Amino acid sequence: MSNETYKNTALIQASLKKRYAREKRFQWMGRFAVFLGFLFLFILLFDIVGKGLPAFTQQYLLIDLDLSADALDVAPDADAEALSRANYAGVIKSSLRDMFPEVKSRSDKRMLYRLVSVGAEYELRDRVMADPALVGTRQSLWLLAHSEAASYLKGQVDPNSPEAERRVKDAQITWLDQLHADERTKSGFNTQFFTAGDSREPELAGIRVALYGSFLTLAVTFLLAFPIGVCAAVYLEEFAPTNRLTDLIEININNLAAVPSIVFGLLGLAVFINFFEFPRSAPLVGGIVLALMTLPTIIITSRAAIQSVSPSIREAALGVGASKLQAVFHHVLPVAMPGILTGSIIGMAQALGETAPLLMIGMVAFIMDAPAGVTDPATVLPVQVFLWADSPERGFTEKTSAAIMVLMGFLIMMNALAIYLRKRFELK
Amino acid sequence: MTRRMTGALALAAAAAAFLPGLANAQGRDIISIVGSSTVYPFATVVAERFGRSSGFKTPKIESTGSGGGLKLFCKGVGTATPDITNASRRIKKSEFDDCQNNGVKDVVEVLIGFDGIAFANSREAPLYELSLKDIYLALAKDVPGADGKLIPNPYTTWKEVDSNLPDTRIEVLGPPPTSGTRDAFAELAMGGGAEQIPALHALSKLGADEVDAIKAAMAALGVPESLYDALAQKKGKAPKGGDIFETIAYSVREDGAYIEAGENDNLIVQKLEANPSALGIFGYSFLEENADKVQGSKIDGVAPDFDTIADGDYPVSRPLYFYIKAAHVGRIPGIQEFAEEFVSERAMGEDGYLPERGLIPLEEEALEEIQAAVKSLKPLQM
Repeated sequence: MSNETYKNTALIQASLKKRYAREKRFQWMGRFAVFLGFLFLFILLFDIVGKGLPAFTQQYLLIDLDLSADALDVAPDADAEALSRANYAGVIKSSLRDMFPEVKSRSDKRMLYRLVSVGAEYELRDRVMADPALVGTRQSLWLLAHSEAASYLKGQVDPNSPEAERRVKDAQITWLDQLHADERTKSGFNTQFFTAGDSREPELAGIRVALYGSFLTLAVTFLLAFPIGVCAAVYLEEFAPTNRLTDLIEININNLAAVPSIVFGLLGLAVFINFFEFPRSAPLVGGIVLALMTLPTIIITSRAAIQSVSPSIREAALGVGASKLQAVFHHVLPVAMPGILTGSIIGMAQALGETAPLLMIGMVAFIMDAPAGVTDPATVLPVQVFLWADSPERGFTEKTSAAIMVLMGFLIMMNALAIYLRKRFELK
Repeated sequence: MTRRMTGALALAAAAAAFLPGLANAQGRDIISIVGSSTVYPFATVVAERFGRSSGFKTPKIESTGSGGGLKLFCKGVGTATPDITNASRRIKKSEFDDCQNNGVKDVVEVLIGFDGIAFANSREAPLYELSLKDIYLALAKDVPGADGKLIPNPYTTWKEVDSNLPDTRIEVLGPPPTSGTRDAFAELAMGGGAEQIPALHALSKLGADEVDAIKAAMAALGVPESLYDALAQKKGKAPKGGDIFETIAYSVREDGAYIEAGENDNLIVQKLEANPSALGIFGYSFLEENADKVQGSKIDGVAPDFDTIADGDYPVSRPLYFYIKAAHVGRIPGIQEFAEEFVSERAMGEDGYLPERGLIPLEEEALEEIQAAVKSLKPLQM
């Protein structure tokens, strides 16, 4: 007998080393998996931030402008209406010619004009309109540089590469170097990126419409999906009789959560746009479609949260004479709230990143003016990323990465909000 | 705390119920434009300038593809349907009829210029000098074999197609069938190449009444007669030799040598950069913007550039259009003004801002004609 025990102990001891080694191996594998995950995340972030950071600076050129009524092609006492139609582009062009008198040929002139952004003309108009006293004076103003000129000033163009292989030509490089030597170039923070809508000029493009659109769309999604989702979860968990029909509903909700999002887009197109004739491209329809998509997630997580509430709470409430409704709304729901909120916000974060369903309902569009309400055309952040990634102009590469950074910032904020709310409700 | 929460829930539910009621309250004061992804970069530039300078709201432009755009456009009249659709090919008779049947009576056609289709590869690889026939032989699903009968495409390298070409594997990244670029590529490059093969050329010239000649030509090519019947059924009438020709010539091989790379032309450029042995098919404006990374192959000895496409020397170029729903002019503000801006001298003229973006402009006379048509909203007849 004792011999037997001894044999077993020896066996165990012999295998012990192996078992420890196995555990160690597993730990190392786990560490490696975590490391690999972080490595890929780091590479992704490094790439995006590296590409996107230059988009947050804007390049300006100091140009001496002749704002005489003559040059502007208006009467000296012109009213606002005439001023809005004055020849600002002509003023900028002739000023550039004056600064570089050696430029003679037509193609060289065109290259010269391309140093300054198309937007400069509208900016100048707005300045003159705001202060009509500028008419008749000479001003040195900082004008926005064209995205190609800006890319050279940011050091993204190698002047030693063959001329045919780059968008910024030798002549333009000479002029820009000269402006730089005269301290007529400067860079500043790109506020326009946050205050402007989409544009086809990379230096003028901004994400305002997409930010507003994302916000309005998510607001609609939340207002629809949260109450409906929570009510459905409460009913299914607390009140619904257990029978075949309830089972069927439950299975269907679980299946809905796995339906590809584009299907919800098609549904939105058929039902809300074609049948109810809601406007295309509107955050309203986008929000409804995304709400349909998020509903299953919210219902499933809410049910899990309600399920995890200890039955004793429910029973205690019923025991002191509370009605079923009172027990649920006064006692169960508050305890389940942190879980419900976390689930809902994760569902919303998922909705924030969707583009496929929005393609069908026309939210993948070029829109410059910010939406004032949920029925105005708008686009959303991931769609803006998609549109810029598809643009031929090289300047949009950095804009794309910058928009991804903003989108990620938005996501982190939402997740932080989820954590905050959970902590807050847990304390009570 | 709990009361507040129930209150909040009830409020949210009420808001949710109320929201959809808003939807139909508003009319539309923004021009709605849909259509071709090739015209999109030009239309958006015009829209932006129009929005900044005209006092009208900036039009909203969706990129749905030419076919998708015309489908939406022809759905009917009213604020729910688009006012303008862009197309990288001409409207088809069937689409025009669809428009008519749905009450879209007056459609104004506006030709805006041309776009070349580039066959480009990485600058690290040697420049290709292709002929249309090379392109057809390299990419068609079936090509004529030694005995004149069609066989599944046997070519795996460019050298096998033409001994002057490099000995690299045939690998072409191109647009999917939903794209207007694909339509133009099929018609101009594949069709143009197939025309140079005598048997196929003869077939394409046969009329619908020459049934026996068509069937004989099909037999000589080894094409099953069932194709004739299938086309007859599809069209509802006897097919022409050209219809049979199109079915044969426009079929792109599906064995992996032609890779459908999606609608995103930037993606194709990136893939070409990573894979110097591949060729890519995309619009000229992307070639121009990415001249530091990719080079356009010469087709029939002509390199794709601004002048050769404008002259029509470069063989693979196509017209670009937009279509206006005349019934909406006057009901949605700014449609005619937008169209006039689009065809104005400062946009479409030789020194305009659209040619700067890679649009190949019209000749002076043609432009004046188009400007007049836009002014008078001359409806299209088909």
